[in-house]
Amino acid sequence: MAKTEEGVEIHKMGAWSPGPGCHGGCGVEVYVKDGKVIKVEGDKDHPWYNGRLCPRCLAMTQYMYHEDRLKYPLKRVGERGEGKWERISWDEAFDICETRMNELKEKYGPETMVFSQGTGRDVGGMLTLLAYSYGSPNWTMWGLSGHSCFTPQLAGGYVTQGEFTFPDAAQCLKERYKDPEWTPPKVTVSWASTLNRGCVDHYWSGFWFNDLMKQGTKLIVIDPRCTWEATRAALWLQPRPGTDGALALAFLNVIINEDLVDKEFVDKWCYGFDKLAERVQQYPPEWAEEITWVPKEKIIKAARMIGENSPASIEIGRPVEGNPDGTTVIMAIHQIIAITGNLDIPGGNLICRPAYQVTTYPYSTEEVIQLYGEDLHKKLSEKRIGADKYPLVKSFRAWAQEDVLIEAMETDKPYPIRGMWIQANNPLANQAQDTKRHYEAGKKLEFNVVVDTFMTPTAQLLADIVLPAGAFPEKDSVYCIGGPLNVIKKVVQVEECKSDWEIVFTLAKRFNPERVPWKDVKEMLDDRMQPSGYTFDQLAEKGWDLAPKGHPCGSTPYRRYESGLLRKDKKPGFRTPTGRVELYCTSYEKWGLDPLPSYKEITPESPITTPEIWKDYPLIMMTGRRSPVLFHSEHRQIPWLRECDPDPLVEINPDTASEKGIVTGDWVLIEGTMGKFKRKAKVTPIIHPKMIMVPHAWWLPETEGASPNNYGIWDLNCNQTIPMGHQDKSGFGGGPISGMLVRISKA
Amino acid sequence: MTRKGLLIDYDYCSGCMSCVVACKQEHGYPAGKWGIKVEEKVFMDPGKPDTVRIDYIPFPTEFCDLCAARTSKGDEPSCVKHCQAWCMYYGTIQELALLMEDKHRSVLYSR
Repeated sequence: MAKTEEGVEIHKMGAWSPGPGCHGGCGVEVYVKDGKVIKVEGDKDHPWYNGRLCPRCLAMTQYMYHEDRLKYPLKRVGERGEGKWERISWDEAFDICETRMNELKEKYGPETMVFSQGTGRDVGGMLTLLAYSYGSPNWTMWGLSGHSCFTPQLAGGYVTQGEFTFPDAAQCLKERYKDPEWTPPKVTVSWASTLNRGCVDHYWSGFWFNDLMKQGTKLIVIDPRCTWEATRAALWLQPRPGTDGALALAFLNVIINEDLVDKEFVDKWCYGFDKLAERVQQYPPEWAEEITWVPKEKIIKAARMIGENSPASIEIGRPVEGNPDGTTVIMAIHQIIAITGNLDIPGGNLICRPAYQVTTYPYSTEEVIQLYGEDLHKKLSEKRIGADKYPLVKSFRAWAQEDVLIEAMETDKPYPIRGMWIQANNPLANQAQDTKRHYEAGKKLEFNVVVDTFMTPTAQLLADIVLPAGAFPEKDSVYCIGGPLNVIKKVVQVEECKSDWEIVFTLAKRFNPERVPWKDVKEMLDDRMQPSGYTFDQLAEKGWDLAPKGHPCGSTPYRRYESGLLRKDKKPGFRTPTGRVELYCTSYEKWGLDPLPSYKEITPESPITTPEIWKDYPLIMMTGRRSPVLFHSEHRQIPWLRECDPDPLVEINPDTASEKGIVTGDWVLIEGTMGKFKRKAKVTPIIHPKMIMVPHAWWLPETEGASPNNYGIWDLNCNQTIPMGHQDKSGFGGGPISGMLVRISKA
Repeated sequence: MTRKGLLIDYDYCSGCMSCVVACKQEHGYPAGKWGIKVEEKVFMDPGKPDTVRIDYIPFPTEFCDLCAARTSKGDEPSCVKHCQAWCMYYGTIQELALLMEDKHRSVLYSR
């Protein structure tokens, strides 16, 4: 820690949520004076971002010292939704949680309690510690159909090549772009991934695309909405929402039929190429043009650009995995990467492992087992919601399946759900589809806890106890995904807030001291950091580290499958049943699923499946475009951020808007077959005339939180028009977050 | 000639707003007071949707002092340091004008 002449301490650490609301990775310098954070800057010595920083992290002082921050534990004293709260002590809060949760356990069994997390933060690691210590297998992201955020991508990678991948932007190398082993891709594909929003979707920064373009990389953008990067791309494809699978199959068709395949890699390292080649014959570009609305010439051009240029890489955005057949689409994209010889090569798609194999948030089955042991992992599948129905849900990681869960909550089958722990998560404003259905189900529960940094619509409507969490400079933690191992350290105390780790640690230890053998959080982190050879304090001195060259969790040597670095038995090959990249998926075959990729129009509403609805609801609704200053439902109360993206918008094409007499700034009523909501118009030619874009997760913290207003969610939430229950046959990949049909009028 | 300025390579500015918030943090400006503001510009050849182009242009206002307190100590202005697209440059007008030669589309602000 450095100290200036004015007595300001400068602490280097990793940034992660809470605060920026992000997926972490950056190195920052936190300036502290008189026990208060006065400034956050980027750390130029940190290789992930080299001193750059996003606006959300730059606004940390407004976030941490906001007058509306939750400052101490609260107990509900009125009815749920009445907005009446009483301040209580931490001891009382922990006592109430322990007593009430134990009562539920005795009455219904521990599986009665659901543990729901948001995205980002290290909260997945925390929730598993609490849930498994308490005894419940039901760890989930409540209401997100088919767990359609990153999990389909992880699962698709798991069954195809045993791991997930990200484009190689030298993120695992200390010297980054200067490392002689690295080379920029000739072509990279941004597939529905919003570049200028930084890390908001994944553990990969969008701005690395910028860095690559400056080094000569040609960009292909696939996005139904014209984005900034689409206007800078060598080629932009504008598919109809929900048809990415058809596009991927047509790419495979062209690459295989035009012999743009890396034969050596396919012969030596892939399984089932002939079967894949046969299957994709039914998916020529002409077929895909009709489905995707992308001209076949552009489909062929894109496929050739990927197939003829090596290295090439593909970054897969969230909307792709959110396709109703998301896992299948992801598998097809992984097949494109593999057969063109771009897997784990410099400038291709890197197999991605946690730094030094240190796990805080388990992303794979292996990591769940690493943290909790084989026996517990097996036991988790006995009662976990959805595990009996979906072999992939059962075999991959350990989520409860959300579409099955909401039915269980409504029917008490297979058993009653009576309580929920909701942490770093605001489902009723954010991810829960069919919002009212989830509200009704949540309202019936006997005991709910919300852990967050600000009061939210979800806390107001559902919580009995609300616990205040600390922002990242208020907690000790570790970041370990995608590249560096970063330490996050507590340098200030704000009000009575406790770190997410401390909260779950304290309670988990009360439920099951054997599962939580450590004295405190730091001792637990020391234990979990063991594979790195560092203790928490040792790495805190340094701030961060990357696994050295030759480590299986770094990126070099490249082509780790050749040297046996990927498999447990140290044999060359991949971590799959055949040891090869499975173009014909033997796991899917075993589970009775189609082992080869296919396309079916399974969106509940579309111009093709429901032409009669299309007549009355002639627009396709996309949701969820990212904002550089707002992370999902967060930051609406941070003045510096909100003024950069102030309104709950709907983006409409000028021709579509003028037909309805709508101009920018008008309030617009958006009606679907399930419900309606309002948004403010932004008329812009970046939107296709037959589509609209609705940014998600809007609520207005400046308005009344008590019912019936609930910070405006019932007026603004687009998820009221999006159903549950349309998940992929694998259980992952899900609801039509984009793709429902709507009509608009001036409100 | 030592007059200083900011060069923006707006071919690469993608509107991330880091410069905006970095400036506010550095100067303690409240919401509503901007030292630099990013404007979105969308133009197309009418009737030809394929020609749509989105540009973002950071505009330094009267409240920009080129981070005098930082630059006097040899540090970069906060906006330049934190720009996620690495498309902002600080220097003398002469240096920056020379840099413009290599830029496809850029704009030079004197202060």
